[in-house]
Amino acid sequence: MTKKFKMQDLDCANCAAKMEMLIKKIPGVEDASMNFMMQKLTLTADDDRFEEIVREAQKVCTKVDDGCLILR
Amino acid sequence: MTKKQKKTLVRILVTGAAFAALFVLEHAGAFASLPALVTVWFYLAPYLLISYDILIKAAKNISHGTVFDENLLMLVATVAAFAIGEFSEALAVMLFYQVGELFQSYAVGKSRRSISDLLDIVPEYANVEEDGGFKQVDPDEVEVGTEIVILPGERVPLDGVVTEGSSLVDTKALTGEPVPRSVNAGDEIVSGCVNGAGTLRVRTTKAFENSTVTRILELVENAGNRKAKVENFITRFARVYTPFVTCCAVLLAVLPPLFFGGVWTDWLRRACIFLVISCPCALVISVPLGFFGGIGASSRLGVLVKGSNFLEALAETDTLVFDKTGTLTKGEFRVAGVYPESGSEAELLEFAALGEGFSTHPIAHSIREAYGKPLDLSRVTDVEEQPGFGIRAKIDGKAALLGSGRMLDAENVAYAENDAAGTVVYLARERKCLGSVVISDSVKPGAKEAVAAAKRLGISRTVMLTGDRSRAAEAAARELGVDEVRAELLPAGKVEAVERLLDAERGRGKLAYVGDGINDAPVLARADVGVAMGSMGSDAAIEAADIVILDDDLGKIPATVRIARKTMGIVRANIVLALAVKALVMVLGALGLANMWMAVFADVGVAVLAILNSMRTLSLGKTE
Repeated sequence: MTKKFKMQDLDCANCAAKMEMLIKKIPGVEDASMNFMMQKLTLTADDDRFEEIVREAQKVCTKVDDGCLILR
Repeated sequence: MTKKQKKTLVRILVTGAAFAALFVLEHAGAFASLPALVTVWFYLAPYLLISYDILIKAAKNISHGTVFDENLLMLVATVAAFAIGEFSEALAVMLFYQVGELFQSYAVGKSRRSISDLLDIVPEYANVEEDGGFKQVDPDEVEVGTEIVILPGERVPLDGVVTEGSSLVDTKALTGEPVPRSVNAGDEIVSGCVNGAGTLRVRTTKAFENSTVTRILELVENAGNRKAKVENFITRFARVYTPFVTCCAVLLAVLPPLFFGGVWTDWLRRACIFLVISCPCALVISVPLGFFGGIGASSRLGVLVKGSNFLEALAETDTLVFDKTGTLTKGEFRVAGVYPESGSEAELLEFAALGEGFSTHPIAHSIREAYGKPLDLSRVTDVEEQPGFGIRAKIDGKAALLGSGRMLDAENVAYAENDAAGTVVYLARERKCLGSVVISDSVKPGAKEAVAAAKRLGISRTVMLTGDRSRAAEAAARELGVDEVRAELLPAGKVEAVERLLDAERGRGKLAYVGDGINDAPVLARADVGVAMGSMGSDAAIEAADIVILDDDLGKIPATVRIARKTMGIVRANIVLALAVKALVMVLGALGLANMWMAVFADVGVAVLAILNSMRTLSLGKTE
């Protein structure tokens, strides 16, 4: 399943690149793309674990830049 | 400006004023008699004001286990500067860092807005008839097949077919084409256009999520996800850059004083310079911003570029391959000449029109159109159509043949060969050739100019692919100024032809293929850059192509190549500028020849310059 999420307070381009790299490493993620310009995350991951993966992704984002939220 | 940005601006202004005051006081010698431990407080107060959010963020990120974080590095650099007694530098570094950050977020926000203004094509509502009146509903909720009403001046909310009314619609937002298009009952209408003066009733044919507007928006939004080679390079570079510079800083601060008897404060100062330039921000932000602007500028022309990588490839294109029919030519066939061997032209044309009376082939259509009078089709019997060859029938009970030279050869009918440019249909009655009709397709207006413009841009090889006979194809190529022709190709042959051209191209520039996207999807996919033309609303074309030209204007190809090249030029200039300045300041810093001010310039100054430079891409193509 591929889903798009709007990002809130994604302030730095370098952080976006780091987040993208780390989200791609989450098990079950097929592809992830953090679009800094559009402030959007496109995530392709396993259907049955999708919710869990989004939560993981949020953790990664918080780790890189505290206060950056994936809006659901 | 957002609330957050305004708040930062106020902090910057207050700190800036404090900084100026302190600067004057210091130079007037006001602090000369005070001990450093007292003076430092004058600087610490504004420092805390300008840096508290960075402090908090750095602390939080450390607690999450992130170490090489620009916030922390900034903090370490400034605290170290305080430690070695460079108070005003410490304050300045933080102040300008914040100025840079504010500018960055403002610039990015501004570009983002200018792109969305550009793509201001999203309809807000659809009028659905209800109880004799209209009700405005979300286009998302309108089901396929619903009848909607579009009032004068409204945006067409959904793709559909006009059932009643006529109007002129403005497609400028979609195609960049300023001339309005006229629509009448029975015509298709595309979402995103603006209705002119007439009221239209439209039966929708697509749901909102599949309609043209939504697809176009998605394409442009997702374009940033397909990254160009330079972007990937920058991402990889950024990943190693910060740790590398930070390690250098640590080594610089520790090794010389420890082993070579250097002065601690001196080497700490040099290390601070490294820390201040440790953020690759200038590159990481300006490169995608540049591509974003370039893609946005193309959209303004009505050209959708599906990814930064395609813009990059288009900039390197030196071979341009065109499909002929429907791309360089109108795809509308017309009778160009009637050549009777005996009898009159009118008689021959009537014979041809009768023979082709039942066929749906475009050639048949053009012959009937040229004849222009009603036909008595009861005179035609036993029609048999051989695709690719022609038609065999009986006209007034006499055997008739209408077809290519190959068909007459196969039937052993003698004929005089006609070398006129175009498709030749030979006509024979009772095995005797009566003459021939030549059908040609007219060249699109602007096609010749577009080919010439592409050549002026240094595209060294232009090739035309066609299924036509060589002679007709060569005549068309000469007219258009295309260098080479591959004629008599079957659809599969086009892929092969492009593959051979790609082989010749290997290791040099890129190859772009331009087609109408109707039956050349495999070729579009095979080329380095596949460009589909005139395909507003054609799903297949938008799916298969890398670049979609929404209207029929070939002139947009050279225009887009120009945008692509300028974008690449700006992006490369930014990379060179940022790397060169940073490297220079680092070398000077290590040698003890640079100061904090230079470091601030290498970090914030370069980022600002690179962003300003990248923002130029937004206005590319405005003058064209």
